[in-house]
Amino acid sequence: MSEKDKIKTLFVKKPLKLDCGQTISDFPLAYETYGKLNNKKDNAILVFHALTGDQFASGTNPITKKDGWWNYALGPGKAIDTDKYFVIAANVIGGCMGSFGPSNINPETKKPYGTNFPVITINDMVNAQYNLLEYFKIEKLFSVVGGSMGGMQVLQFVSNFPNKAHTAIPIACTASHSAQNIALNELGRQSIMADSNWHDGFYEKQNKQPDKGLAVARMAAHITYLSKAGLQEKFGRKLQERDDLKFSFDADFQIESYLRYQGSVFVDRFDANSYLYITRAMDYFDLTEKFGGNLSKAFEKSDTKFFIISFTSDWLYPTSENREIVIALNAIGKNVGFVEITSDKGHDSFLLDVPDFLNTVRNFLNKSYEKI
Amino acid sequence: MKKEFYNIAKLVTTNAKILDVGCGNGELMKYINENISKDIRGIELSKSNVQKCVEKGLTVIEGDAEKDLKQFPDNSFDFVILSQTLQAFLDPENVLNELLRIGKKAIVSIPNFGHWKVRLHLLLKGTMPVTENLPNEWYNTPNLHMCTIKDFENYCKQRNIKINLKNLKFQNLFSELGIFILEK
Repeated sequence: MSEKDKIKTLFVKKPLKLDCGQTISDFPLAYETYGKLNNKKDNAILVFHALTGDQFASGTNPITKKDGWWNYALGPGKAIDTDKYFVIAANVIGGCMGSFGPSNINPETKKPYGTNFPVITINDMVNAQYNLLEYFKIEKLFSVVGGSMGGMQVLQFVSNFPNKAHTAIPIACTASHSAQNIALNELGRQSIMADSNWHDGFYEKQNKQPDKGLAVARMAAHITYLSKAGLQEKFGRKLQERDDLKFSFDADFQIESYLRYQGSVFVDRFDANSYLYITRAMDYFDLTEKFGGNLSKAFEKSDTKFFIISFTSDWLYPTSENREIVIALNAIGKNVGFVEITSDKGHDSFLLDVPDFLNTVRNFLNKSYEKI
Repeated sequence: MKKEFYNIAKLVTTNAKILDVGCGNGELMKYINENISKDIRGIELSKSNVQKCVEKGLTVIEGDAEKDLKQFPDNSFDFVILSQTLQAFLDPENVLNELLRIGKKAIVSIPNFGHWKVRLHLLLKGTMPVTENLPNEWYNTPNLHMCTIKDFENYCKQRNIKINLKNLKFQNLFSELGIFILEK
């Protein structure tokens, strides 16, 4: 049995009506769990991943053999302590780590869906993952946690299921995707579509992915996850294994080489169409839309205790956008905490070893768990 | 815990909804939370203090009382506490108005610049007073708007702010600290 065949999968029988109008049923939802669900079933945390994450949040990802994407924060004895809590993480629908996505085979054509896959939304992702609560017979989660697109899913989850989580930690996210961030996502999508191997999304015919386009999309996106100060400190104008400029278009600078490397390793683990679909889901995210522009109304029925975290150097999902969520919750008297963590590591701070951040998550969870 | 905090804690009622503005490391909030009302939260400017509050399991948001009180609706708290920071704001008048808008009652404490030690210090030494409650020098003090208990009472009278003095005995000459319960 290959590692891919060992991925835990829940086949969701119940039909799910997507925001685009289509209904899907009998679809796979790939997930992973960490820690043990206690007898009272009150220690479960649902963790939502970001754009290019997956269900393998901790330990070693069995497919990529790399560290899980949230290894710093999640695991035995860590901020989200799996000795104490039962953590569930699922691959979002639209993704490419076993959940229903554009690389799945369409039973009608016997070929991958490609761009015939329905456009999905953050709301669809969350509704799909809600099935995991029923599967594990969990009446109420202890917490829902996620950063970036994972944070958007946290907000959507609490809005859709106002009594299904005691606590929620949306990190470095927004309630409404900004024009800047739609623009940056469009840059990535256009890069993929401009690759002659893309073939309108039906690239399986050539047996070649639009690797170049996807790599450039990743390079551009990667810059947005860092900060100017962080880049300057780490790379400055340092040259890559050379003493002088070569007066060519080789990667003279370390930052160029670094970005090229990030692009090249990304294409080995990610599907180009999934990148299109998931970035689209982020762009379509506007939690205020259904509520006449009033974000407070999205949380009116909720009894969840929130803690919102942003980072000083995050210009992708800046503190101001995170603070809007705090303001919306305070406006209706909900229980909400907030801190902006000092870090020069940019948007990626939530994935990295930032002690103030990790301590805050740990303390909020552990102190809140004492009180449920 | 500071004696001042015990005195403030005596003024809030059981299970009241409370906001501690400039809650510091959460010492007063913790005491009230454990002994008087669970429904207490804080707003604090310093990131490290916010983290200390989280360590104590308290609800706190990082924010600036001069800008961030406007997010709370009118009368959303039974008590709003402001301990010894009024004089440090750029615009204390605006902060006071906000406290009285979002709280049914506001508990405000001020270091009294009219205390005899302060008066004597200035009279005898001729330098800016440095006391236990006013530990800084003129060049590094955060206190921009020092006042006396009498000044504060006059101010409230002018603005039709009711001062509830019932539980308090303080005098302009002998109290280093003035603690007031205010109502609109």
